[in-house]
Amino acid sequence: MVAGNTKRIVIEPVTRVEGHGKVTILLDEDNRVAQARMHIVEFRGFERFIRGRPYWEMPVAVQRLCGICPVSHHLCAAKAVDRIVGVDRLTPTAEKMRRLMHYGQIFQSHALHFFHLSAPDLLFGFDADPAERNVVGIIRKNKPLAVQAVKMRQFGQEVIKATAGKKIHGTGAVPGGINKNLSVEERDGLLSRTGQMLRWARDAVKIARDYTIEHLEMLSDFGSFESNHMCIVRDDGAMDLYNGGLRAIDAEGGTIFDHVPNEAYLDYIAEEVRDWSYMKFPFIRSIGPEDGWYRVGPLSRVNACDFIDTPEAEAARKDFLSLTDGKPNNITMAYHWARMIEVLHSIEMIERLLQDPDLQGDELITTGERRGEGIGIIEAPRGTLFHHYKVGDDDLVTMCNLIVSTTSNNEPMNRAVRGVAEKYISGRPEITEGMLNSIEVAIRAYDPCLSCATHALGQMPLEVTLVGPGGDVLDKKTKDG
Amino acid sequence: MSETFTFTIDGVEVEGEPGQTILEAAQAAGIYIPRLCHKDGLEPWGGCRVCTVTVNGRSASACTQPAAAGITVENETDELVDMRRGIIEMLFVEGNHFCMFCEKSGNCELQALAYRLGIAAPRYEYLWPTRDVDASHPDVLLDRNRCILCARCVRTSRDLDGKQVFGFVGRGPGKKIAVNASARLSETGLDVTDEAVDACPVGAILRKREGYRIPVGLRRYDGTPIGSDIEKGASS
Repeated sequence: MVAGNTKRIVIEPVTRVEGHGKVTILLDEDNRVAQARMHIVEFRGFERFIRGRPYWEMPVAVQRLCGICPVSHHLCAAKAVDRIVGVDRLTPTAEKMRRLMHYGQIFQSHALHFFHLSAPDLLFGFDADPAERNVVGIIRKNKPLAVQAVKMRQFGQEVIKATAGKKIHGTGAVPGGINKNLSVEERDGLLSRTGQMLRWARDAVKIARDYTIEHLEMLSDFGSFESNHMCIVRDDGAMDLYNGGLRAIDAEGGTIFDHVPNEAYLDYIAEEVRDWSYMKFPFIRSIGPEDGWYRVGPLSRVNACDFIDTPEAEAARKDFLSLTDGKPNNITMAYHWARMIEVLHSIEMIERLLQDPDLQGDELITTGERRGEGIGIIEAPRGTLFHHYKVGDDDLVTMCNLIVSTTSNNEPMNRAVRGVAEKYISGRPEITEGMLNSIEVAIRAYDPCLSCATHALGQMPLEVTLVGPGGDVLDKKTKDG
Repeated sequence: MSETFTFTIDGVEVEGEPGQTILEAAQAAGIYIPRLCHKDGLEPWGGCRVCTVTVNGRSASACTQPAAAGITVENETDELVDMRRGIIEMLFVEGNHFCMFCEKSGNCELQALAYRLGIAAPRYEYLWPTRDVDASHPDVLLDRNRCILCARCVRTSRDLDGKQVFGFVGRGPGKKIAVNASARLSETGLDVTDEAVDACPVGAILRKREGYRIPVGLRRYDGTPIGSDIEKGASS
C-alpha cells in the first residue's frame, strides 16, 4: 500500500463486518510515526450481487450484511423500498412498530458494545493484563454488572423479536409497512421490565460519564481531534434515530447543512476512493475531500441535535454538553458517554411506544404509485446509514448504493489511530501489548463493525506492523479474533 | 364399493382400497411418507424419488406404486431416511437456495423436509449454477435459481389450468424449467390466478410483491414439521 522505500503490505479481502482490522505504522529515520493507517478490507459485494433481485427482498437480504445490527439494514432498506412502492407515510401502527424495533436494536447494540466490548478497557485500564481485561474479567470482578449487561441486551433482543419475528434477521418490515402488530401479551411482557431497564440505563450513563470526567485530561489527548459531525434530525431539530433530514455541523457547532431531504444526499455527500483501502472515504461535497470528512454515531448525534425528546436523556445531553460549554464535544472517548445517553433515550422511547395503543392497530401496510428509485437513511447504532436502490419496470434491482456508518467513520478512525500511535509509539522501537491495545481502544470508541467479532473473548483480530524507513519490518504483533 | 384390503407399513397394519397408491393409503391411515413432486389432485409422477419406500424388499416410489393386499412396506428405516436426506441434499447443492432471505422460507417444502429429516448441511459440494430470473410477468416471478425440477407447475398448468405454460428443456445437469414462449414468462398465457402459480413447493414461482407478509412464527412450517397435518389426521 505504500510506495518508495517502504514495504508494501498486502491485505486479503476479508469481510466488512465482524471481520479483521489491520493497522500499519510507518516510521521515519528518527523512529517517528510518518504514517499510521487502519485498514478495513471491505469486500462483501452486496452492492453488486443484490442487482437482479426483486426489490421486496432488499430488507431481508441486505440485513445479512451484519449479525450485530441487522435491524438497521432491515429498516433502512425498508425505508428505501417504501419509496419504491410509492409510500411516503406509513400507517401509525407500521411506523411505531418499526420505531420500537429500532430502539430495541439501539438499546441492545449499545449495551453489547459498552459492557461486553469496551468496559474491560475502561474498568481495568488500557494496559491491564489481557487475561483480566475481558468480559470474563468483568464477570469475575463485578458479577452484577455483567448480569445487567446480559439482561439489557436480552431485553433489546426481545423487543426485536416482538416486532420482527426473530431476534436476529427477522422479517417485520415489508414494503409500505410491517407484517405484524404488537399483541397485548407481548406489550405487557415487555412493559413489565422497562422499569428495571431504565434504572440500569441511568447507571450506565453514570458509569460512562464518571469515567470520562475522571480521565478527562488523558482522554482529551487520546486520539481526539476536532471534526465535523453528521446525523439525521427531526424537523424540529430533535434527535430522531429513525427518520429525519440530514444535518452536518462543524467542530464549533456551526451549521454546514441542515434538514437535507434524504433524496438529495448525493448533492451533499460524495465518496472518495483511496488506493490502500477497499473502504471508501465519504466527505461533504461543499468542503471537499481534504477537510470534508465527518464523524457519525452517538457522539455526532448528541452533539448535533437541538434536544432529545425524552426527559432523562435530555437532562443527560445537557450535562454532557456542559463539559464543553454547549459546543460539540470532540473527544473520541466521549463516544461512550454519548452512547449511554442514547441507551437511556432508547429505553425511554421504548416505554413510551409500548404505552401507545397504535401498536395494537390493524392497518399495517400502505400502497402508492410505483417509483423507480428509493433512498432510505436511518441512524444505525454506529451512525448514519444510507441505502439507495434503483429498480427496473420488472421489479428487479438495477443499482444499489450503501454507505454504512463505519465507512463514514473511516477517516476519523484513521486519525484516532494516528493520534494514539504518535503519542504511544513514536520514538519507541518495540511494541508492547498495552500500546497495541491503546490503538484498539481508540478504534473501539467508534464501535466499528470490525470490532464485532472481538473482545467477547478478550481479543480483537488486529495486526500492527512497525515498518522502518528502509521498509524493513521492525516489529509485528498479531492478535487473532 | 370395492373391497378393502390390508397391508403393513413399518409393521403397522394399514387399510387400502383398490386403485390407491401406497402413498395415498398411507396418508389415509395417518402415516406420512415424505414427498416433493407429488401434489394432491395431480396424477402421480414419480420424479423426485423422495417417497421411495421398499415393497417386499424392493425399492419403489410410493406415489406411483399401487397398494396391494399383504405387501410389506418399509418407510422409516435408517437406510431410507438417509437416502431421502441424500436426495434433498442433492437438490440443495444443485440449485442456489438461500433460505436465509428467501421469501418462501417457512413455507417451503424443500426447507421443511430438510428440517424434518435433520439435515444440518449437505454432504455434497455446492455446484453454484448460473441460472436466471424471469421477472417479465407483471404479477409472477420465475426464479430458476430455486427450481428443483419437480414438474408440479408443468403438470398443474397442463392438467388443471389447461394452458401448458411451463415445460422442460435440456437434459441432465442442463435441464431447466422453460416457458411456452419465444423468450419470457410475460409472453405466455399465465395468469396470476392460475393454479400453477401456487403449485411450486419452493420459491421458484412466486406472486410478486407478496413476500414476507406472513410474520415469522405464523408461517406454514414454523410451528410443526411438514407432514404433521397427515399424522395429526390419524390421531384425531
